[in-house]
Amino acid sequence: MDFYLTALLQGLCFSALALGIFISMKIFNIPDITTDGSYTLGGVVTAVMITHHQPAYIILPAVIVAGGLAGALTGIIHTKLKINALLAGILVMTAMYSVNLSIMGTSNLPLNSLPSLFSLLQISADANHNAFFIVATFVLVIVVLISYLLKTDFGIAMRATGNSESMIRALGVNTDRMKITGLALANALTAVSGYLISQYQGFTDISMGIGIVIIGLGSVIIAETLINWFKITSVWLSLGLVLTGAIIFQLVLALTLDVGVDANLLKLVTAAFVLIIVSLPRLKFGRTR
Amino acid sequence: MINITNIHKIFNPGKPNQVNAVNGIDLKINTGEFLVIVGSNGSGKTTLLDMVAGSVFPTSGTIAIDDENVTKLHDYQRSKWIARVFQNPMSGTASDLSILDNFRLAAIRTRAKGLGIGVNEVFKNQVKEKISTLGLGLENKVDQQMGTLSGGQRQALTLLMSVMDSCKVLLLDEPTAALDPRSADVVMRTADELIKDYRLTAILITHNLKDAFTYGNRIILMGEGHIRKDLDTKNKQNLKQSDLFDWFS
Repeated sequence: MDFYLTALLQGLCFSALALGIFISMKIFNIPDITTDGSYTLGGVVTAVMITHHQPAYIILPAVIVAGGLAGALTGIIHTKLKINALLAGILVMTAMYSVNLSIMGTSNLPLNSLPSLFSLLQISADANHNAFFIVATFVLVIVVLISYLLKTDFGIAMRATGNSESMIRALGVNTDRMKITGLALANALTAVSGYLISQYQGFTDISMGIGIVIIGLGSVIIAETLINWFKITSVWLSLGLVLTGAIIFQLVLALTLDVGVDANLLKLVTAAFVLIIVSLPRLKFGRTR
Repeated sequence: MINITNIHKIFNPGKPNQVNAVNGIDLKINTGEFLVIVGSNGSGKTTLLDMVAGSVFPTSGTIAIDDENVTKLHDYQRSKWIARVFQNPMSGTASDLSILDNFRLAAIRTRAKGLGIGVNEVFKNQVKEKISTLGLGLENKVDQQMGTLSGGQRQALTLLMSVMDSCKVLLLDEPTAALDPRSADVVMRTADELIKDYRLTAILITHNLKDAFTYGNRIILMGEGHIRKDLDTKNKQNLKQSDLFDWFS
């Protein structure tokens, strides 16, 4: 059972990343690959600051700013230099590997026995239960904040930017600035996932972000399938489903390992699972036509 | 007043596919004037409108609105004065957003989009009241996504959205081109009423010669990036619809 609780916890940790992908991919229509770099950056900043005994209240803002800067850089390259968004993301992601390695100074930094978010509060004697309450509260706060943001005038303008650029420009919005802000926000959220995972697993590794974008994509696609299925238009519910998507994704992977699939094949299973989710609605469409 | 002085637009200059879209146009459009622009495809009508809107920058020449030089301002900066209805109903509204959210953005067109929540019951009632004037029965669907409406309904709402915030100039880029005749009629009548009620300076581009004849108090014919004919209110009154057909022959 602890195995599935761990998967649930990982799902909650990855929900910030999923929200980031939701913002870049579904709201702005931008395929952002910066994710792999900004996720690791979140973990790297966390690890370096924890090992330098920085107070907890500084670490999270530092992670958010670092992730935001990575996203903003992709946004600037895309909008100001008119480079394709996918390529801009790949360039920043590639550069981030060296940046992360330089900041960390080593390829792996253990955090065991150092104070972390999970040692700050002791709600339950069981470490996993304690972590669950902390991460669940943390993620709930993020969802409420992002939901609120998307309901504001600024948030409506953000949503319109990915929907009809000509319209929103005619309504007085600088879409370049909006895309840069959106990508900064998306990658700040991604970095927060790196922050949570690093502290939960007790180390930061330079390669922890490789292929991580697929987890976010899978989570968002699960959410999108549910959104279309239930014809949901509410922003609050949509974000709740993104969170649910992240959890379902991790639980499916846990189930895969539980039934005895070789751990070496996990990435293959992940890719296959995302392929199935993506293709299911299309197959159904094909039959009805 | 819109003052366009010696404006040129060359696409792909110096390349084999160079196009001289607009060639030295001088045009003054007075406050409250409703100008209709007609012309065959490639005559430079849309390029001229895009340059007024700020979505295309001129190669040379100047554009001023109320004596303020706006030539180098982007479209989103010119939204302070200009509202626009696009040819494609999908371009003028955000289909995934609710009607209410679309109207909220229109209501704060000239203001900063801040971190407050502007869509509340008071605003909802204002929008419902405004939409009810169209007589299309859309006032009870304000929470519905814009994408669920027909092209005609969307164009009519886009017109209403243009007067949700202060506006001096209304640009209509073939607003009925994608609509059936009935919807097109509703849209053109709504546009005409709003232009008169709010005393807007308006520019309409159309291929529909009946609309060009019926609406507006000034008409120009464009050809090869030049103004070929320019009829003011008095001369337009003497114009027959058949004369318009002759312009294209």
